[in-house]
Amino acid sequence: MIHNPSAKISAREVSVFYGANQAIDTVSIDVDRDNVLAFIGPSGCGKSTFLRTLNRMNDTVASARVSGEILLDGEDIYAPSMDVVQLRARVGMVFQKPNPFPKSIYENVAYGPRIHGLATARADLDAMVEQSLRRAGLWDEVKDRLTDSGTALSGGQQQRLCIARAIAVDPEVILMDEPCSALDPIATAKIEELIHELKGRYAIVIVTHNMQQAARVSQQTAFFHLGRLVEFGATSDIFTNPREERTRDYITGRYG
Amino acid sequence: MVDHTVKAFDADIGQLRGMISQMGGLAEDAIGLAMQALARPDPQLAARVRADDKAIDAIEAEVERLAVRIIALRAPMAVDLREVVAALKIAAVVERIGDYAKNIAKRVPMIEGGSEGGGHRIEPLSLLPSMARMASDMVRHALDAFAARDAEAAVRVVESDAALDDFYDSIFRTLVTYMVENPRTISQVAHLLFVAKNLERIGDHATNVAEMVYFAATGTQMADRDRGGPDKDRS
Repeated sequence: MIHNPSAKISAREVSVFYGANQAIDTVSIDVDRDNVLAFIGPSGCGKSTFLRTLNRMNDTVASARVSGEILLDGEDIYAPSMDVVQLRARVGMVFQKPNPFPKSIYENVAYGPRIHGLATARADLDAMVEQSLRRAGLWDEVKDRLTDSGTALSGGQQQRLCIARAIAVDPEVILMDEPCSALDPIATAKIEELIHELKGRYAIVIVTHNMQQAARVSQQTAFFHLGRLVEFGATSDIFTNPREERTRDYITGRYG
Repeated sequence: MVDHTVKAFDADIGQLRGMISQMGGLAEDAIGLAMQALARPDPQLAARVRADDKAIDAIEAEVERLAVRIIALRAPMAVDLREVVAALKIAAVVERIGDYAKNIAKRVPMIEGGSEGGGHRIEPLSLLPSMARMASDMVRHALDAFAARDAEAAVRVVESDAALDDFYDSIFRTLVTYMVENPRTISQVAHLLFVAKNLERIGDHATNVAEMVYFAATGTQMADRDRGGPDKDRS
Protein backbone atom coordinates (compact mmCIF):
# COMPACT_ATOMS: atom_id res chain seq x y z
CA MET A 1 0.00 0.00 0.00
CA ILE A 2 1.29 3.44 -0.91
CA HIS A 3 2.21 5.60 2.01
CA ASN A 4 2.20 9.33 1.48
CA PRO A 5 5.17 10.67 3.49
CA SER A 6 3.73 14.19 3.81
CA ALA A 7 0.65 12.81 5.58
CA LYS A 8 0.46 12.95 9.37
CA ILE A 9 -2.17 10.25 9.41
CA SER A 10 -2.84 7.80 6.61
CA ALA A 11 -6.01 5.78 6.79
CA ARG A 12 -6.24 2.91 4.32
CA GLU A 13 -9.44 1.00 3.62
CA VAL A 14 -10.76 1.52 7.09
CA SER A 15 -14.05 -0.12 7.95
CA VAL A 16 -15.80 0.08 11.30
CA PHE A 17 -18.47 -2.31 12.51
CA TYR A 18 -20.76 -1.98 15.50
CA GLY A 19 -21.75 -5.60 15.95
CA ALA A 20 -23.27 -6.58 12.62
CA ASN A 21 -23.75 -3.00 11.44
CA GLN A 22 -21.10 -1.48 9.23
CA ALA A 23 -20.70 2.19 10.14
CA ILE A 24 -17.67 2.94 7.94
CA ASP A 25 -17.03 1.29 4.59
CA THR A 26 -13.43 1.12 3.30
CA VAL A 27 -12.44 4.75 3.82
CA SER A 28 -8.97 5.84 2.74
CA ILE A 29 -7.82 9.36 3.48
CA ASP A 30 -4.67 11.27 4.41
CA VAL A 31 -4.54 13.94 7.11
CA ASP A 32 -1.99 16.63 6.21
CA ARG A 33 0.34 17.79 8.94
CA ASP A 34 -0.10 21.52 8.20
CA ASN A 35 -3.75 21.76 7.36
CA VAL A 36 -7.18 21.73 8.88
CA LEU A 37 -9.33 18.92 7.53
CA ALA A 38 -13.09 19.12 7.94
CA PHE A 39 -15.44 16.14 7.90
CA ILE A 40 -18.97 17.00 6.79
CA GLY A 41 -22.03 14.92 6.08
CA PRO A 42 -25.55 14.25 7.32
CA SER A 43 -26.18 12.79 10.76
CA GLY A 44 -25.32 9.12 10.92
CA CYS A 45 -22.97 9.28 7.94
CA GLY A 46 -20.08 8.00 10.03
CA LYS A 47 -17.94 11.11 10.21
CA SER A 48 -17.72 11.10 14.02
CA THR A 49 -17.17 7.35 14.07
CA PHE A 50 -14.34 7.74 11.62
CA LEU A 51 -12.86 10.63 13.60
CA ARG A 52 -12.88 8.46 16.70
CA THR A 53 -10.94 5.70 14.96
CA LEU A 54 -8.03 8.13 14.57
CA ASN A 55 -7.18 7.94 18.27
CA ARG A 56 -8.92 4.65 19.03
CA MET A 57 -11.78 6.19 20.97
CA ASN A 58 -13.97 3.43 19.54
CA ASP A 59 -11.99 0.95 21.65
CA THR A 60 -14.26 1.95 24.52
CA VAL A 61 -17.29 0.65 22.61
CA ALA A 62 -17.42 -3.09 23.28
CA SER A 63 -19.11 -4.06 20.01
CA ALA A 64 -16.92 -1.87 17.80
CA ARG A 65 -14.49 -3.52 15.42
CA VAL A 66 -12.06 -1.69 13.14
CA SER A 67 -10.42 -3.16 10.04
CA GLY A 68 -7.97 -1.61 7.62
CA GLU A 69 -4.93 0.37 8.55
CA ILE A 70 -4.36 3.74 10.23
CA LEU A 71 -0.80 5.02 10.28
CA LEU A 72 0.38 7.90 12.44
CA ASP A 73 3.71 9.01 10.99
CA GLY A 74 3.89 5.60 9.35
CA GLU A 75 3.20 3.72 12.56
CA ASP A 76 0.17 1.45 12.80
CA ILE A 77 -1.95 2.81 15.66
CA TYR A 78 -3.88 -0.47 15.93
CA ALA A 79 -0.68 -2.52 16.35
CA PRO A 80 -0.64 -4.54 19.59
CA SER A 81 2.50 -2.70 20.64
CA MET A 82 0.76 0.70 20.51
CA ASP A 83 0.24 2.30 23.90
CA VAL A 84 -3.28 3.71 23.67
CA VAL A 85 -2.81 6.23 26.47
CA GLN A 86 0.28 7.54 24.72
CA LEU A 87 -1.59 7.57 21.40
CA ARG A 88 -4.36 9.73 22.86
CA ALA A 89 -1.79 12.18 24.14
CA ARG A 90 -0.35 12.43 20.63
CA VAL A 91 -3.79 12.59 19.06
CA GLY A 92 -5.87 14.78 21.35
CA MET A 93 -9.59 15.28 21.23
CA VAL A 94 -12.10 18.05 21.89
CA PHE A 95 -15.75 17.11 22.15
CA GLN A 96 -19.07 18.62 21.22
CA LYS A 97 -19.98 19.65 24.73
CA PRO A 98 -17.24 21.28 26.76
CA ASN A 99 -16.29 18.75 29.44
CA PRO A 100 -13.83 20.32 31.86
CA PHE A 101 -12.93 18.26 34.92
CA PRO A 102 -14.70 19.46 38.09
CA LYS A 103 -11.39 20.87 39.24
CA SER A 104 -9.67 24.23 39.10
CA ILE A 105 -8.78 25.84 35.79
CA TYR A 106 -5.13 25.25 36.62
CA GLU A 107 -5.66 21.57 37.41
CA ASN A 108 -7.65 21.02 34.23
CA VAL A 109 -4.60 21.98 32.20
CA ALA A 110 -1.91 20.61 34.54
CA TYR A 111 -3.52 17.19 34.85
CA GLY A 112 -2.31 15.81 31.52
CA PRO A 113 1.32 16.92 31.71
CA ARG A 114 1.49 15.64 35.27
CA ILE A 115 0.18 12.13 34.58
CA HIS A 116 2.27 11.88 31.44
CA GLY A 117 5.30 12.94 33.42
CA LEU A 118 5.97 15.89 31.15
CA ALA A 119 6.61 18.19 34.09
CA THR A 120 7.28 17.57 37.75
CA ALA A 121 8.70 20.82 39.09
CA ARG A 122 6.03 23.35 39.99
CA ALA A 123 7.68 26.07 37.89
CA ASP A 124 7.73 23.85 34.79
CA LEU A 125 4.11 22.97 35.29
CA ASP A 126 3.19 26.65 35.76
CA ALA A 127 4.95 27.48 32.51
CA MET A 128 3.15 24.67 30.69
CA VAL A 129 -0.22 25.76 32.02
CA GLU A 130 0.40 29.35 30.99
CA GLN A 131 1.63 28.40 27.52
CA SER A 132 -1.32 26.09 26.91
CA LEU A 133 -3.83 28.67 28.11
CA ARG A 134 -2.16 31.31 25.95
CA ARG A 135 -2.27 29.08 22.88
CA ALA A 136 -5.90 28.39 23.58
CA GLY A 137 -6.54 32.14 23.73
CA LEU A 138 -7.80 31.92 27.29
CA TRP A 139 -4.88 33.15 29.41
CA ASP A 140 -5.87 36.82 29.62
CA GLU A 141 -9.37 35.90 30.70
CA VAL A 142 -8.42 33.45 33.45
CA LYS A 143 -4.91 34.32 34.64
CA ASP A 144 -6.24 35.98 37.82
CA ARG A 145 -8.52 33.10 38.76
CA LEU A 146 -6.65 29.93 37.98
CA THR A 147 -7.93 28.35 41.18
CA ASP A 148 -11.58 28.84 40.24
CA SER A 149 -13.43 25.77 39.08
CA GLY A 150 -13.23 25.07 35.33
CA THR A 151 -16.96 24.47 35.32
CA ALA A 152 -17.59 28.05 36.46
CA LEU A 153 -16.44 29.40 33.10
CA SER A 154 -18.80 30.27 30.25
CA GLY A 155 -19.44 27.61 27.60
CA GLY A 156 -17.03 29.15 25.13
CA GLN A 157 -14.35 29.55 27.78
CA GLN A 158 -14.88 25.97 28.88
CA GLN A 159 -14.38 24.78 25.33
CA ARG A 160 -11.16 26.76 25.05
CA LEU A 161 -10.12 25.29 28.40
CA CYS A 162 -10.67 21.84 26.91
CA ILE A 163 -8.52 22.85 23.96
CA ALA A 164 -5.84 24.09 26.39
CA ARG A 165 -6.08 20.75 28.17
CA ALA A 166 -5.59 18.90 24.89
CA ILE A 167 -2.66 21.14 23.93
CA ALA A 168 -0.98 20.77 27.33
CA VAL A 169 0.26 17.25 26.60
CA ASP A 170 1.93 18.51 23.43
CA PRO A 171 -0.13 16.55 20.90
CA GLU A 172 0.64 16.23 17.21
CA VAL A 173 -2.96 15.98 16.05
CA ILE A 174 -6.11 17.53 17.51
CA LEU A 175 -9.47 15.96 16.69
CA MET A 176 -12.50 18.17 17.22
CA ASP A 177 -15.98 16.68 17.20
CA GLU A 178 -18.43 19.54 16.56
CA PRO A 179 -16.55 21.78 18.99
CA CYS A 180 -18.85 24.78 18.47
CA SER A 181 -22.29 23.21 18.28
CA ALA A 182 -23.07 24.18 21.88
CA LEU A 183 -21.61 27.69 21.60
CA ASP A 184 -23.01 31.08 20.63
CA PRO A 185 -21.70 32.88 17.51
CA ILE A 186 -19.11 34.96 19.39
CA ALA A 187 -17.67 31.98 21.24
CA THR A 188 -17.77 30.09 17.94
CA ALA A 189 -15.79 32.84 16.23
CA LYS A 190 -13.18 32.66 19.00
CA ILE A 191 -12.81 28.91 18.55
CA GLU A 192 -12.53 29.35 14.80
CA GLU A 193 -9.88 32.02 15.24
CA LEU A 194 -8.10 29.66 17.60
CA ILE A 195 -8.21 26.83 15.06
CA HIS A 196 -6.66 29.21 12.58
CA GLU A 197 -3.84 30.03 15.01
CA LEU A 198 -3.25 26.40 15.93
CA LYS A 199 -3.03 25.33 12.31
CA GLY A 200 0.54 24.51 11.34
CA ARG A 201 1.53 23.66 14.89
CA TYR A 202 -0.88 20.72 15.00
CA ALA A 203 -2.66 18.71 12.36
CA ILE A 204 -6.35 19.40 12.97
CA VAL A 205 -9.38 17.37 12.00
CA ILE A 206 -12.79 18.86 12.73
CA VAL A 207 -16.24 17.34 12.40
CA THR A 208 -18.90 19.97 11.89
CA HIS A 209 -22.53 20.22 10.88
CA ASN A 210 -22.07 23.87 10.11
CA MET A 211 -20.95 23.98 6.51
CA GLN A 212 -20.08 27.63 6.67
CA GLN A 213 -17.75 26.72 9.49
CA ALA A 214 -16.14 23.94 7.48
CA ALA A 215 -15.71 26.40 4.63
CA ARG A 216 -14.17 29.00 6.94
CA VAL A 217 -11.74 26.95 9.01
CA SER A 218 -10.53 24.15 6.79
CA GLN A 219 -8.25 23.83 3.81
CA GLN A 220 -9.48 20.37 2.96
CA THR A 221 -12.93 18.89 3.25
CA ALA A 222 -14.16 15.31 3.21
CA PHE A 223 -17.83 14.55 2.60
CA PHE A 224 -19.17 11.36 4.15
CA HIS A 225 -22.43 9.70 3.28
CA LEU A 226 -23.78 6.35 4.49
CA GLY A 227 -20.41 5.34 5.88
CA ARG A 228 -18.49 6.08 2.71
CA LEU A 229 -16.11 8.85 1.82
CA VAL A 230 -17.90 10.40 -1.15
CA GLU A 231 -15.58 13.25 -1.95
CA PHE A 232 -12.34 14.62 -0.57
CA GLY A 233 -10.56 17.71 -1.83
CA ALA A 234 -9.59 21.34 -1.35
CA THR A 235 -12.29 23.13 0.65
CA SER A 236 -12.53 25.90 -1.94
CA ASP A 237 -13.31 23.33 -4.63
CA ILE A 238 -15.79 21.37 -2.55
CA PHE A 239 -17.84 24.46 -1.78
CA THR A 240 -17.71 26.14 -5.18
CA ASN A 241 -17.53 23.22 -7.55
CA PRO A 242 -18.00 19.78 -6.01
CA ARG A 243 -17.37 16.89 -8.38
CA GLU A 244 -19.94 14.53 -6.95
CA GLU A 245 -23.67 15.02 -7.25
CA ARG A 246 -24.26 13.82 -3.69
CA THR A 247 -21.80 16.38 -2.34
CA ARG A 248 -23.48 19.12 -4.32
CA ASP A 249 -26.96 18.12 -3.18
CA TYR A 250 -25.81 18.05 0.44
CA ILE A 251 -23.96 21.35 0.57
CA THR A 252 -26.58 23.22 -1.43
CA GLY A 253 -29.39 21.99 0.82
CA ARG A 254 -30.94 19.58 -1.66
CA TYR A 255 -30.23 16.48 0.37
CA GLY A 256 -33.40 14.41 0.26
CA MET B 1 -31.44 18.99 -10.28
CA VAL B 2 -33.32 18.02 -7.13
CA ASP B 3 -35.26 20.78 -5.37
CA HIS B 4 -33.93 22.43 -2.24
CA THR B 5 -35.24 21.12 1.04
CA VAL B 6 -36.19 24.72 1.79
CA LYS B 7 -38.72 25.48 -0.93
CA ALA B 8 -38.43 29.25 -0.59
CA PHE B 9 -34.83 28.96 -1.74
CA ASP B 10 -36.01 27.51 -5.06
CA ALA B 11 -38.55 30.30 -5.31
CA ASP B 12 -35.84 32.94 -4.80
CA ILE B 13 -33.54 31.42 -7.40
CA GLY B 14 -36.47 31.05 -9.80
CA GLN B 15 -37.36 34.70 -9.32
CA LEU B 16 -33.77 35.75 -9.96
CA ARG B 17 -33.59 33.73 -13.15
CA GLY B 18 -36.94 35.11 -14.25
CA MET B 19 -35.73 38.69 -13.86
CA ILE B 20 -32.61 37.97 -15.90
CA SER B 21 -34.73 36.57 -18.78
CA GLN B 22 -37.03 39.57 -18.56
CA MET B 23 -34.09 41.99 -18.71
CA GLY B 24 -32.59 40.09 -21.61
CA GLY B 25 -35.89 40.27 -23.51
CA LEU B 26 -36.10 44.03 -22.96
CA ALA B 27 -32.50 44.56 -24.08
CA GLU B 28 -33.10 42.52 -27.23
CA ASP B 29 -36.24 44.54 -27.98
CA ALA B 30 -34.29 47.75 -27.43
CA ILE B 31 -31.68 46.74 -30.00
CA GLY B 32 -34.36 45.79 -32.55
CA LEU B 33 -36.44 48.93 -32.03
CA ALA B 34 -33.42 51.25 -32.06
CA MET B 35 -32.38 49.78 -35.41
CA GLN B 36 -35.92 50.14 -36.74
CA ALA B 37 -35.94 53.75 -35.64
CA LEU B 38 -32.62 54.25 -37.41
CA ALA B 39 -33.65 52.54 -40.65
CA ARG B 40 -37.00 54.26 -41.13
CA PRO B 41 -35.99 56.83 -39.65
CA ASP B 42 -38.43 57.27 -36.77
CA PRO B 43 -37.40 59.78 -34.07
CA GLN B 44 -40.51 59.02 -31.97
CA LEU B 45 -39.64 55.37 -31.81
CA ALA B 46 -36.06 56.33 -30.95
CA ALA B 47 -37.33 58.47 -28.08
CA ARG B 48 -39.35 55.52 -26.79
CA VAL B 49 -36.31 53.24 -26.82
CA ARG B 50 -34.45 55.81 -24.75
CA ALA B 51 -37.31 56.08 -22.26
CA ASP B 52 -37.75 52.31 -22.01
CA ASP B 53 -34.15 51.86 -20.93
CA LYS B 54 -35.22 52.91 -17.44
CA ALA B 55 -37.16 49.66 -17.12
CA ILE B 56 -33.97 47.67 -17.73
CA ASP B 57 -32.12 49.74 -15.14
CA ALA B 58 -34.90 49.14 -12.64
CA ILE B 59 -34.77 45.36 -13.07
CA GLU B 60 -31.00 45.43 -12.68
CA ALA B 61 -31.40 47.17 -9.32
CA GLU B 62 -33.96 44.55 -8.32
CA VAL B 63 -31.68 41.68 -9.34
CA GLU B 64 -28.97 43.23 -7.23
CA ARG B 65 -31.26 43.49 -4.20
CA LEU B 66 -32.51 39.92 -4.53
CA ALA B 67 -29.03 38.48 -5.12
CA VAL B 68 -27.67 40.22 -2.05
CA ARG B 69 -30.64 39.00 -0.04
CA ILE B 70 -30.12 35.41 -1.19
CA ILE B 71 -26.43 35.56 -0.31
CA ALA B 72 -27.17 37.06 3.10
CA LEU B 73 -30.10 34.87 4.08
CA ARG B 74 -29.44 31.58 2.37
CA ALA B 75 -25.65 31.39 2.09
CA PRO B 76 -25.80 29.66 -1.31
CA MET B 77 -23.13 27.06 -2.03
CA ALA B 78 -21.60 25.48 -5.10
CA VAL B 79 -23.90 25.64 -8.14
CA ASP B 80 -26.32 27.95 -6.29
CA LEU B 81 -23.54 30.34 -5.38
CA ARG B 82 -22.21 30.35 -8.92
CA GLU B 83 -25.66 30.99 -10.29
CA VAL B 84 -26.38 33.90 -7.96
CA VAL B 85 -23.00 35.49 -8.68
CA ALA B 86 -23.49 34.94 -12.41
CA ALA B 87 -26.96 36.49 -12.26
CA LEU B 88 -25.56 39.53 -10.47
CA LYS B 89 -22.87 40.01 -13.11
CA ILE B 90 -25.11 39.19 -16.05
CA ALA B 91 -27.61 41.80 -14.89
CA ALA B 92 -24.89 44.45 -14.95
CA VAL B 93 -23.80 43.40 -18.43
CA VAL B 94 -27.33 43.32 -19.82
CA GLU B 95 -27.85 46.79 -18.40
CA ARG B 96 -24.82 47.90 -20.45
CA ILE B 97 -26.27 46.24 -23.54
CA GLY B 98 -29.41 48.30 -22.96
CA ASP B 99 -27.25 51.42 -22.77
CA TYR B 100 -25.70 50.67 -26.16
CA ALA B 101 -29.16 50.26 -27.67
CA LYS B 102 -30.16 53.56 -26.08
CA ASN B 103 -27.05 55.18 -27.53
CA ILE B 104 -28.01 53.94 -30.99
CA ALA B 105 -31.47 55.44 -30.53
CA LYS B 106 -29.93 58.72 -29.41
CA ARG B 107 -28.11 59.05 -32.72
CA VAL B 108 -31.26 58.64 -34.84
CA PRO B 109 -32.24 62.36 -34.89
CA MET B 110 -28.67 63.41 -35.62
CA ILE B 111 -28.31 61.08 -38.58
CA GLU B 112 -31.75 61.88 -39.92
CA GLY B 113 -31.58 65.64 -39.42
CA GLY B 114 -28.09 65.84 -40.85
CA SER B 115 -29.02 65.04 -44.42
CA GLU B 116 -28.55 68.44 -46.02
CA GLY B 117 -29.69 67.32 -49.44
CA GLY B 118 -33.17 66.64 -47.97
CA GLY B 119 -34.14 62.99 -47.79
CA HIS B 120 -30.72 61.95 -48.90
CA ARG B 121 -30.17 58.46 -47.48
CA ILE B 122 -26.80 56.99 -46.82
CA GLU B 123 -26.39 53.69 -48.64
CA PRO B 124 -24.21 51.80 -46.17
CA LEU B 125 -27.01 52.17 -43.63
CA SER B 126 -28.51 49.08 -45.22
CA LEU B 127 -25.66 46.96 -43.87
CA LEU B 128 -26.33 47.75 -40.25
CA PRO B 129 -29.62 45.90 -39.63
CA SER B 130 -28.10 42.50 -40.39
CA MET B 131 -25.17 43.26 -38.10
CA ALA B 132 -27.71 44.27 -35.46
CA ARG B 133 -29.57 40.99 -35.91
CA MET B 134 -26.35 39.11 -35.43
CA ALA B 135 -25.54 41.01 -32.21
CA SER B 136 -29.07 40.64 -30.94
CA ASP B 137 -29.02 36.88 -31.67
CA MET B 138 -25.87 36.58 -29.60
CA VAL B 139 -27.61 38.30 -26.69
CA ARG B 140 -30.61 36.01 -27.01
CA HIS B 141 -28.54 32.86 -27.32
CA ALA B 142 -26.40 33.83 -24.31
CA LEU B 143 -29.49 34.37 -22.17
CA ASP B 144 -31.15 31.20 -23.48
CA ALA B 145 -27.98 29.37 -22.47
CA PHE B 146 -28.35 30.85 -18.98
CA ALA B 147 -31.98 29.78 -18.76
CA ALA B 148 -31.06 26.25 -19.89
CA ARG B 149 -27.78 26.13 -17.91
CA ASP B 150 -26.27 25.05 -21.23
CA ALA B 151 -22.47 25.38 -21.25
CA GLU B 152 -22.12 24.21 -24.85
CA ALA B 153 -24.56 26.81 -26.11
CA ALA B 154 -22.49 29.39 -24.20
CA VAL B 155 -19.35 28.25 -26.00
CA ARG B 156 -21.14 28.65 -29.36
CA VAL B 157 -22.04 32.25 -28.44
CA VAL B 158 -18.43 33.03 -27.63
CA GLU B 159 -17.29 31.49 -30.88
CA SER B 160 -19.81 33.47 -32.91
CA ASP B 161 -18.28 36.75 -31.72
CA ALA B 162 -15.48 36.48 -34.29
CA ALA B 163 -18.00 36.70 -37.13
CA LEU B 164 -19.51 39.84 -35.60
CA ASP B 165 -16.05 41.37 -35.30
CA ASP B 166 -15.39 40.59 -38.96
CA PHE B 167 -18.71 42.17 -39.86
CA TYR B 168 -17.73 45.27 -37.93
CA ASP B 169 -14.37 45.47 -39.72
CA SER B 170 -15.98 45.29 -43.12
CA ILE B 171 -18.61 47.91 -42.20
CA PHE B 172 -15.86 50.11 -40.84
CA ARG B 173 -14.00 49.96 -44.16
CA THR B 174 -17.16 50.55 -46.15
CA LEU B 175 -18.12 53.59 -44.07
CA VAL B 176 -14.65 55.11 -44.27
CA THR B 177 -14.63 54.66 -48.03
CA TYR B 178 -18.06 56.22 -48.22
CA MET B 179 -16.94 59.24 -46.20
CA VAL B 180 -13.92 59.74 -48.44
CA GLU B 181 -16.15 59.71 -51.49
CA ASN B 182 -18.96 61.79 -49.94
CA PRO B 183 -17.33 64.30 -47.63
CA ARG B 184 -20.68 66.09 -47.09
CA THR B 185 -21.96 63.06 -45.21
CA ILE B 186 -19.06 62.76 -42.82
CA SER B 187 -20.90 63.90 -39.70
CA GLN B 188 -23.80 61.48 -40.32
CA VAL B 189 -21.61 58.57 -41.27
CA ALA B 190 -19.46 59.15 -38.20
CA HIS B 191 -22.63 58.47 -36.18
CA LEU B 192 -23.15 55.27 -38.16
CA LEU B 193 -19.61 54.26 -37.28
CA PHE B 194 -20.53 54.61 -33.65
CA VAL B 195 -23.68 52.58 -34.22
CA ALA B 196 -21.58 49.79 -35.73
CA LYS B 197 -19.15 50.07 -32.85
CA ASN B 198 -22.02 49.85 -30.36
CA LEU B 199 -23.23 46.67 -32.05
CA GLU B 200 -19.74 45.24 -31.92
CA ARG B 201 -19.59 46.04 -28.18
CA ILE B 202 -22.99 44.41 -27.65
CA GLY B 203 -21.45 41.24 -29.11
CA ASP B 204 -18.55 41.50 -26.66
CA HIS B 205 -20.97 41.85 -23.77
CA ALA B 206 -23.01 38.88 -24.98
CA THR B 207 -19.71 37.01 -24.97
CA ASN B 208 -19.16 38.04 -21.35
CA VAL B 209 -22.62 36.79 -20.46
CA ALA B 210 -21.85 33.48 -22.16
CA GLU B 211 -18.63 33.13 -20.21
CA MET B 212 -20.51 33.65 -16.95
CA VAL B 213 -23.13 31.13 -18.04
CA TYR B 214 -20.33 28.66 -18.69
CA PHE B 215 -18.85 29.29 -15.25
CA ALA B 216 -22.22 29.00 -13.51
CA ALA B 217 -22.96 25.74 -15.30
CA THR B 218 -19.58 24.05 -15.02
CA GLY B 219 -17.68 25.72 -12.17
CA THR B 220 -14.68 26.30 -14.44
CA GLN B 221 -13.67 29.32 -16.49
CA MET B 222 -14.07 29.03 -20.22
CA ALA B 223 -10.56 28.69 -21.61
CA ASP B 224 -9.23 32.00 -22.88
CA ARG B 225 -9.83 32.24 -26.57
CA ASP B 226 -8.35 34.37 -29.28
CA ARG B 227 -11.42 36.36 -30.22
CA GLY B 228 -10.14 38.56 -33.02
CA GLY B 229 -7.25 39.80 -35.01
CA PRO B 230 -5.13 42.90 -34.57
CA ASP B 231 -8.19 45.08 -35.37
CA LYS B 232 -9.90 43.97 -32.19
CA ASP B 233 -9.33 47.08 -30.12
CA ARG B 234 -9.83 49.65 -32.82
CA SER B 235 -12.63 52.04 -31.99
